[in-house]
Amino acid sequence: MNPNNGHQTLLKVEDLVTRFNTPEGTVFAVNGVSFTLAEGETLGVVGESGCGKSVTMLSVLQLIQRPPGEIVRGKALFHEQDLLALTNDEIRHVRGAQIGMIFQDPMTSLNPVLTIGKQVSEPLMLHLGMSKKDAEERVVELLRLVGIPEAEKRLAQYPHQFSGGMRQRVMIAMALACNPQILIADEPTTALDVTIQAQIIELVKKIRDELGMAVIWITHDLGVVAGMAQRVIVMYAGYIIEEAPVKELYSNTTHPYTLGLLNSLPRLDRGERKRLTDIPGLPPLLLEQPVGCPFQPRCKYAFEPCKENPPLVEIGVNHKTACWWDVQGGGPRNV
Amino acid sequence: MSENKVIVKVDKLVKYFPIMAGVFQRTVGQVRAVDGISFDVREGETFGLVGESGCGKTTVGRTILQLYRPTSGSVIFEGTDLVTLKGENLRRMRTKMQMIFQDPYASLNPRMTIRQIVGEPLIVHEIGKNKEIDDRVDQLLDLVRLNPGFASRYPHEFSGGQRQRIGVARALALNPDFIVCDEPISALDVSIQAQVINLMEDLQVKLGLTYLYIAHDLSMVRHISDRVGVMYLGIMAEAASRDELYEHPLHPYTQALLSAVPVPDPFVEEKRKRIILEGDVPSPVNPPSGCRFRTRCPLAEKICAEAIPEWRDVGSDHWVACHMV
Repeated sequence: MNPNNGHQTLLKVEDLVTRFNTPEGTVFAVNGVSFTLAEGETLGVVGESGCGKSVTMLSVLQLIQRPPGEIVRGKALFHEQDLLALTNDEIRHVRGAQIGMIFQDPMTSLNPVLTIGKQVSEPLMLHLGMSKKDAEERVVELLRLVGIPEAEKRLAQYPHQFSGGMRQRVMIAMALACNPQILIADEPTTALDVTIQAQIIELVKKIRDELGMAVIWITHDLGVVAGMAQRVIVMYAGYIIEEAPVKELYSNTTHPYTLGLLNSLPRLDRGERKRLTDIPGLPPLLLEQPVGCPFQPRCKYAFEPCKENPPLVEIGVNHKTACWWDVQGGGPRNV
Repeated sequence: MSENKVIVKVDKLVKYFPIMAGVFQRTVGQVRAVDGISFDVREGETFGLVGESGCGKTTVGRTILQLYRPTSGSVIFEGTDLVTLKGENLRRMRTKMQMIFQDPYASLNPRMTIRQIVGEPLIVHEIGKNKEIDDRVDQLLDLVRLNPGFASRYPHEFSGGQRQRIGVARALALNPDFIVCDEPISALDVSIQAQVINLMEDLQVKLGLTYLYIAHDLSMVRHISDRVGVMYLGIMAEAASRDELYEHPLHPYTQALLSAVPVPDPFVEEKRKRIILEGDVPSPVNPPSGCRFRTRCPLAEKICAEAIPEWRDVGSDHWVACHMV
């Protein structure tokens, strides 16, 4: 079955394994992750710090530092080419051109000694071979598109002259410069205030719908995902543990970790004063390959079979989960 | 809660920070971080203070505790104006009011053991001898659900959530009545946040604590607070009991702020209407005339630039500063 409602698959990641060889030992960051992204689809990738959500996407674009990082195995098929098999030169033509990225901290992602105009025009000249003059015109257009007032004047300004929200808009303009088919957004609003976050999310949604771009939105915020993603992947300890269309995930949650996260969140729209249900314990350090289900030490449903790591299996329409226990049914799952 | 007695009364609190320039470090301007704020905190309650970065909420917390001395205004704590206190008298008052800091990585000295960190307030205030201090530290660690056997370890050996619990134990060491919690969970992972919040709520009941809970997470503030104040650019825009504020926000800033918070439910999100504010928060060095929110306010009219809106009670202890309400 095609999980993407008939739309063409744009990106297909298969069995990705990424490790970091550090002086403290090997960090098992991503442990066999497979997923697809359809044309025009918005995919939310959710998890806590260290769950491997960023490393997964950075690996796909060959953006992890090697060494200490190492992509042990896996494929990332994009237009019938494996991104992980490309040479440095080849992948450079994909990054920034066909796949754009925005990151959490716009201040460290922008070069402080180059003007905004120069930075945003760089991908245009590099990937599209535009002349300096044409590029500049397009930059003004892009800055207007992302809602930066007085775009012509701001071309000659430096990043420090922009506020946090405006810097993130510049980053988005850069990512969109070459009309990418995929925008990968790695916690782009985490460092921003909530009213500015709302501005940026509205902006990305608007541009996404106008350009028909696919978006991968990486976040720890289950609220942001609820409002913008069509499909969601939940990660824990370097594994995908649940995957479902957004409404299905929230209304028919099947993995104890996803359920735990949702129950531990206070709700802005609910008045009742209820004690929060916390998840006991800590996320694993990943300095050794987890034996059995990685969530088992913190899981209240853990039982005998959890000594073995459950596979990610389809349990409903486009709904996959990696758990031996049927949370909704209240018994062992028939896998 | 409204019949409870007032434990902290903040009246027209002002805190300006000088901007210095040149070789002689002359004052060339002022950051008007807090510019005339009044509110009460009542015994046994949690007062949530929310606002975006740079609105002055942290400065309010620190100025109440006299970690910053205010430019003007008063802070009456259990009947005493802290602003007039100095030296030994102020130091003695400090045992009754403590602080939990935002960053559990920066607020614990990496060269001190947990026993030294939690016991330090007791040594500073000369309470108890060695054995008594050791017993008290064990008791405090037990209270925050940490194994007292770990007392000889150093902060780096603990996770973020455990470190924040060490910070809580230190704040409790002197049996305070009032604790300022400055973004205590914002550096922690989602699954750990609930652990720390549940602990803080349990301790509040057990020890009869009063909290001033400073945060930008409006969902958590609704969960933990009895009453909530919303700050914008150095002033208080609105304050009310929590359900009143979240169900019937009056100030256009509060309305926009609440509408901007994502709710973890796609069915709710689908139907929500967002009020998207234009632009950024202006600089507190040169705040707008009249109402400070007027430059981003969808309702702003002429009067908003001309007159500062009065901070008034519109009924049932719901306070607001807006010409349009």
